[in-house]
Amino acid sequence: MSLTHQDVARIARLARIAVTDEEIAATGAQLNNIFGLIEKMQAVNTDGIEPMAHPQDVSLRLRDDVVTETDRREAFQAVAPQVAAGLFLVPKVIE
Amino acid sequence: MKWEVVIGLEVHTQLNTVSKIFSGSSTAFGAAPNTQASAVELALPGVLPVMNKAAVDKAIRLGLALGSTINKKNVFARKNYFYPDLPKGYQISQMDLPIVEHGSLTIQVGDAEKVVNLTRAHLEEDAGKSIHEGLEGLSGVTGIDLNRAGTPLLEIVSEPEMRSAEEAVAYAKALHTLVTWLGICDGNMQEGSFRVDANVSVRPLGQAEFGTRCEIKNLNSFRFLEAAINYEVHRQIELIEDGGRVVQETRLYDPDKGETRSMRSKEDAHDYRYFPDPDLLPIVIAQAQIDAVREQMPELPGQMKARFVDSFGVSAYDASLLTSSLALAQYFEAVATATGQGKLAANWINGELAASLNRDGLDIAQSPVSAERLAGLVTRVADNTLSNKLAKQVFEAMWGSELSADAIIERDGLKQVSDVGAIEKMVEEAIAANPKAVEEFRAGKEKALNALAGQVMKASKGKANPAQVQEILKQKLGAA
Amino acid sequence: MINATLKELSAALAAKSVSSVELAGQYLDRIAALNPALNAFITVDAGKTLAEAAAADAARAAGQAGLLTGVPLAVKDIFCQQGWKTSCGSKMLDNFIAPYDAHVIERVRAAGLVTIGRTNMDEFAMGSANENSYYGAVKNPWDLAAIPGGSSGGSAAAVAARLAPAALGTDTGGSIRQPASHCGITGIKPTYGVVSRYGMVAFASSLDQGGPMAQTAEDCALLLNTMAGFDGRDSTSLERPTEDYTRELNNSLAGLKVGLPKEYFAAGLSADVARVVDAAVAELKKLGAEVVEVSLPNTELSIPAYYVIAPAEASSNLSRYDGVRYGHRAAQYKDLADMYEKSRAEGFGSEVKRRILVGTYVLSHGYYDAYYLKAQKVRRLIADDFKRAFEQCDVILGPVAPTAAFNIGEKSNDPVEMYLSDIYTLSVNLAGLPGMSVPAGFAANGRPIGLQIIGNYFSEAKMLNVAHQFQQVTDWHRQAPAL
Repeated sequence: MSLTHQDVARIARLARIAVTDEEIAATGAQLNNIFGLIEKMQAVNTDGIEPMAHPQDVSLRLRDDVVTETDRREAFQAVAPQVAAGLFLVPKVIE
Repeated sequence: MKWEVVIGLEVHTQLNTVSKIFSGSSTAFGAAPNTQASAVELALPGVLPVMNKAAVDKAIRLGLALGSTINKKNVFARKNYFYPDLPKGYQISQMDLPIVEHGSLTIQVGDAEKVVNLTRAHLEEDAGKSIHEGLEGLSGVTGIDLNRAGTPLLEIVSEPEMRSAEEAVAYAKALHTLVTWLGICDGNMQEGSFRVDANVSVRPLGQAEFGTRCEIKNLNSFRFLEAAINYEVHRQIELIEDGGRVVQETRLYDPDKGETRSMRSKEDAHDYRYFPDPDLLPIVIAQAQIDAVREQMPELPGQMKARFVDSFGVSAYDASLLTSSLALAQYFEAVATATGQGKLAANWINGELAASLNRDGLDIAQSPVSAERLAGLVTRVADNTLSNKLAKQVFEAMWGSELSADAIIERDGLKQVSDVGAIEKMVEEAIAANPKAVEEFRAGKEKALNALAGQVMKASKGKANPAQVQEILKQKLGAA
Repeated sequence: MINATLKELSAALAAKSVSSVELAGQYLDRIAALNPALNAFITVDAGKTLAEAAAADAARAAGQAGLLTGVPLAVKDIFCQQGWKTSCGSKMLDNFIAPYDAHVIERVRAAGLVTIGRTNMDEFAMGSANENSYYGAVKNPWDLAAIPGGSSGGSAAAVAARLAPAALGTDTGGSIRQPASHCGITGIKPTYGVVSRYGMVAFASSLDQGGPMAQTAEDCALLLNTMAGFDGRDSTSLERPTEDYTRELNNSLAGLKVGLPKEYFAAGLSADVARVVDAAVAELKKLGAEVVEVSLPNTELSIPAYYVIAPAEASSNLSRYDGVRYGHRAAQYKDLADMYEKSRAEGFGSEVKRRILVGTYVLSHGYYDAYYLKAQKVRRLIADDFKRAFEQCDVILGPVAPTAAFNIGEKSNDPVEMYLSDIYTLSVNLAGLPGMSVPAGFAANGRPIGLQIIGNYFSEAKMLNVAHQFQQVTDWHRQAPAL
């Protein structure tokens, strides 16, 4: 397989990373090398093999429904790029 | 051409846990912005989700009520997309293995019942809120409040089995009744606790394949749901009949204009890149946990409806009205049991009480007349102390006071006169005063009797027992 | 004093032959002198460090000192630590002062360890050479032309250069073991789930694990006693009885079955490394160990499987860096989409972007089954290889990396070449097993080489026992670079 210019542009858009045409060309070549490495995996037969999502075969612990958090807005918003009236601000979103 | 409408609903119900689905933040509505957004909701670097057991139990509760399959192993997946009110850049949801699958809900459409099948119900986290308007002194910005982020949601997805806006509303109402009945959701639509998205398509009647569907969002009342579907159906049919083609898209309902419009923010062809969330292990539900939830289940609306018909002799229609909420059903049962008058109790609750609550914009839980006081009134109607007319008068007086029916009857002297001697006297006076009517009656004009009875009632100030008046009148005229 | 182990420092502090403030001062002086050349630290804050040291001295005076109270510790810049910049080696988090403590930080604070500084690392822990840091490359103290390894390169260089007696690291695909090997120190990646990930900036959630880096196996055991333990805030943290990782240190190795995977000694392994590992195995035989050959047939597949799973998880984990609530936001943007795209393009370095793109691609519509699902199945095959191997042996030995540290810049333009050098470390993370690196010798050019010890699940105490016994009869771990 080979990633085209359009493929790279599409995934960069999906990942919300701005890329210039030159970057797409350079990145595309590197990504194709990486996928060359990854493709080696396709040769192995994995029929009937259960996918392994976690190293340990255990189930999820569930916590009790109790409120344990307190208001830490001031501390959290101290590192925010833009806030007003307790809100995080972003450029206007049009729905 | 005849068109058939196809509707499926996706309902996001906020589960009424006290803490969020993946953190110990409060879920209380209405707090100052971002004061209930912990490090987990803010998606600070390094934070991790920890699942709330109550959300699992509530999902099981719904599954049991719908006769669904509870998947004993179910898995959280990440749904990846960028949006400012989605802090992690992904929503933790369920994809391949949801907690609840299948099951059905019976809805009442007019006089008919219809069974709507469910596809699935899955657990996920709510997003925060984007505030576009009313930001004082700020323009060109959207404010993000993450208090709502991480509120547990159960997204309940129906099969596309509804064929009209009326059916869709009936389904949404029945589901709303059920989730509030089960105590898993507060049902407050204004606060967004119960949010409906409708997938709407049309197809020529008789065609097997579905048409292209549009998903309509922002339907925060049953009225909007109905209006939006009707608008959308009309739009799609008109579009196709004009030679156009329906495009699959997400549309937003604008209640001010009564229209749906394409959502710009959803224009991107979505590629959510679902994959199992590596921060969360599979939820494994033991049979004991399901049994424990089952033991806590209240009697369900359908069961209660059947019982009201069987035990109290009310009609199926009345019973379905009475089981539209658990509080109402309990109210009815209290009145019916105290009085032994099921049908009369149903008539009063579905009639006078419902109308008064509606007029004052009240919920059954806020009714000024308690079940106990209404039972007192129903008892006085049943034992003929009050005529229907007087009973309504007493009911109105009870609405504005704390007094019992008996106390009002006593105070206002509203007791129905059933004393034969007193009625006979009034009848004789009426006969004497209205020779013309008497003449007509004797000439065979039955209606003249009513005029005479009216005179007697008037003379008694409405308190004479109407049945007795009729009887005595006939007696006297026949004897004369 | 500067060459002392944690154990020796602990004894000196207990004997009051040195105070914590004095000790911190000595290391701070050394950092001031040597860090400009090594670039091992991102943040050094003498005021904070000395305040912590003074508090440790006060605790000791009050009779409340524990074994490690007052001992200096370098912290990889990946652990959120309240009040300290937690950059994760990225411009994205250059302005991020953590508002909370990671679980591991809570534990080391509670034990009274003193933060000597925050160490440099590959950006978001993505790298094997520590060349991918926004704060510049870290130099290997044994040879300033060489890489220190990555991603915990700053931690490894700091301990090797004696800028700290021990350090915290994290290991997603070898990030503790490989820099430990390249810098001639000891480091252990515990079984997945033993050390809480809460507060550790996530790279690949199903692979990340924190662990100690120090001069000796004994010091690693002491530090792991502090770091490990159940944490309810990490759903993958395992509820297990508390362990004392030092309990088996002095056991005899007589009868120990050591497995040598034949795939680890095939083509691609340099002569230097082969020689050092062979010699180490011979040393262990002298201590009574029996050697058996085992096979890990799917070893080569660990590279493709890892380079699908880790980028996929990373692409999603790093979506939160959007310039909305914290972190870098571009100065100029025309709308929301532009703000996202520019902030992320500016905030992330090229390797991070590459991995995000790979991860985005393998999860995207139509490719999931061919890549992510396939990689998860291969992951199972790799874990099953180990299961079979551990039926024949107690621990597995092998190289950590195919060569000793290469030169800075040597592979930085060829990601694939770089990824291939991770061949011996990745499968341990995929399987979730514990693995460690122990100093075992030097290459002809004088650069250190480590021996990898891989254990079965929860066999950290056994591995530390093997390493400790090895360190009783060798002195590779006590050698320090001339600086």
